[in-house]
Amino acid sequence: MTGTWVAWLHYWLTGGLLLVGLYGMLAAPHLVRKLMGMNIMQTSIIIFFLGLAAKTDATLPIVPTDDPAPAAAAYINPLPHALMLTAIVVGVSTSGVALALILRIHRHFGTLDERDLLSKLRE
Amino acid sequence: MTAYAPVLIVVVPLTAAALVPLAALVSGRLARAVALLAITAAAAAALAALVAVLEHGAMRHRFGGWPPPWGIEYVVDPLSGLMALLVAGFGVLVAVYAGPAVATAPRLLNGAFHAMYLLLLSGLLGMVLTGDLFNLYVFLEISSLAVYALIALGSERATIASFRYLLLGTVAGSFYLLGVGYLYALTGTLNMADLTVRLAPLAGSPGVTVGVALIVVGLAIKMALFPLHGWLPDAYAFAPTPVTGLIAAVMTKVSAYVLFRVLFFVLHPAATTPDALALLGWAAAAATVAGSVMALAQADVKRMLAYSSVGQMGCIVMGFALGTPLAVTGALLHILNHAVMKGCLFLAAGGVQFRTGAARVPEYDGAASRAPLSVAAFTIAACSLVGLPPTAGFFSKWYLLVASVEQGMWPFTLALVASSLLSAVYLFRVVQRAYFGRAPQETGRARAGAAELPLAMLVPVALLAAAVVVLGLLNQAVVTQVIASALPALEAR
Repeated sequence: MTGTWVAWLHYWLTGGLLLVGLYGMLAAPHLVRKLMGMNIMQTSIIIFFLGLAAKTDATLPIVPTDDPAPAAAAYINPLPHALMLTAIVVGVSTSGVALALILRIHRHFGTLDERDLLSKLRE
Repeated sequence: MTAYAPVLIVVVPLTAAALVPLAALVSGRLARAVALLAITAAAAAALAALVAVLEHGAMRHRFGGWPPPWGIEYVVDPLSGLMALLVAGFGVLVAVYAGPAVATAPRLLNGAFHAMYLLLLSGLLGMVLTGDLFNLYVFLEISSLAVYALIALGSERATIASFRYLLLGTVAGSFYLLGVGYLYALTGTLNMADLTVRLAPLAGSPGVTVGVALIVVGLAIKMALFPLHGWLPDAYAFAPTPVTGLIAAVMTKVSAYVLFRVLFFVLHPAATTPDALALLGWAAAAATVAGSVMALAQADVKRMLAYSSVGQMGCIVMGFALGTPLAVTGALLHILNHAVMKGCLFLAAGGVQFRTGAARVPEYDGAASRAPLSVAAFTIAACSLVGLPPTAGFFSKWYLLVASVEQGMWPFTLALVASSLLSAVYLFRVVQRAYFGRAPQETGRARAGAAELPLAMLVPVALLAAAVVVLGLLNQAVVTQVIASALPALEAR
């Protein structure tokens, strides 16, 4: 049975990472910290997907031409990697937009503390 | 040409989004012309595709010639065709409406606005047409990123609203992606049609439940389902009016449509997630009442309309949760109707503000004498939102109401009636002030003489007001031609 929970361990870790990210977004008052929480959350999902692709005793997903009937178990699944490459690009763009917004907020309001900003929003 | 329509609908605005900033280097007018041309072409393609689909059945396009489930496919069936036409058609109307507002902007800002606008539209159109869950995530993020930038174009306050929306929107996107990951891990496929087959034997397994729950929560945030609506009022209230008009009309609706696709096409709700659906129904019922009550408490007209959207999204989800053909018909019809009437309300309110400067309810006193056409359009759309026949809103609410009575879900019936009555109160107090309030001495930035609004703003508002009535009169045609074709999926399995 010890093998089972070790096999599940990285799901628990990615789940924990997701919660750390969400907690940061909720609890940190500073907008940059919220953004960092967001990045941690996104990263946890990327690792989750990559974990799905992992196989033991499998090799790179390049099928040699002399292999007439390639067995799926012999090759690592490349699709999650391809998907996560896209997700990473999405994450980078989101962070870029977020940082641009943060710059504008800081220039105009002179603070990045959410409590101050919210009180100014309601004025 | 029609054979390529499913691709052109998305690719034309996407390509134009890249060209518009280059055109803006030459002149702002050129950028705007390119953008308008691209959106009109997308709308024409959507119309052509819908006509072809109604005649010959669903159209599918395989990207790169890869057959599904390996490749990504786009699917136009009557329902997705109608949604694409709705999104692209609104795109044209709002782009025209935005004309006077962007005419004075510097040319580079003009280019940036139109590029973001095109990206938003291509994202939404892609979400509607794609048959692949991961492709849908990418389009979801494309539309979201564009909308963050568009909202931030409002005032300085809008940047804060936009940042908060960005955080919540990213949580929504991530939850959706994680849910897709669960389904992918269980089935090894991302194609919606293929998932339907492969999920059937897995019904009720905890993995499917968790995956679906994550997807539903993610989409619920994007469609601002109470109590996950926190981002919406600020975003709608502080964004520039044309942007609010577009996103209030179609953006949350596209997420609702995706929820419908996932719940009723990818999954079979009765077999897989009856409890989740029941929970969704109660959240929706709460949303219907809470949104209306909060709308009542607002003095700012745009903010009031925003909370009203929260309530109306509740009605739509309630229909999905009831799950009977009648209820789903009502919900899908309400997606269409609410898009038209809420778009009309926001654009008409923008017209009143343009003419008289009125943004808050008390400032609407006597607005009808100075902006008669805008107020008239506002009144027609308000009647529809309340649900007075023969306007569009009556029919979709009637379907929902009858369905809830048939199912014996009295709390849902009560919620629907309460929301209609409350919306009568919060909308008609505005109408009453506009017609019977005493106009203040010419103050603010009232424009004397000349036309009420520039033609570019007046025509979209008038067309939408007409559409509210026409959709009401033609509701039977929409139901039998389009929505009925989506219903067999409910009973087939």
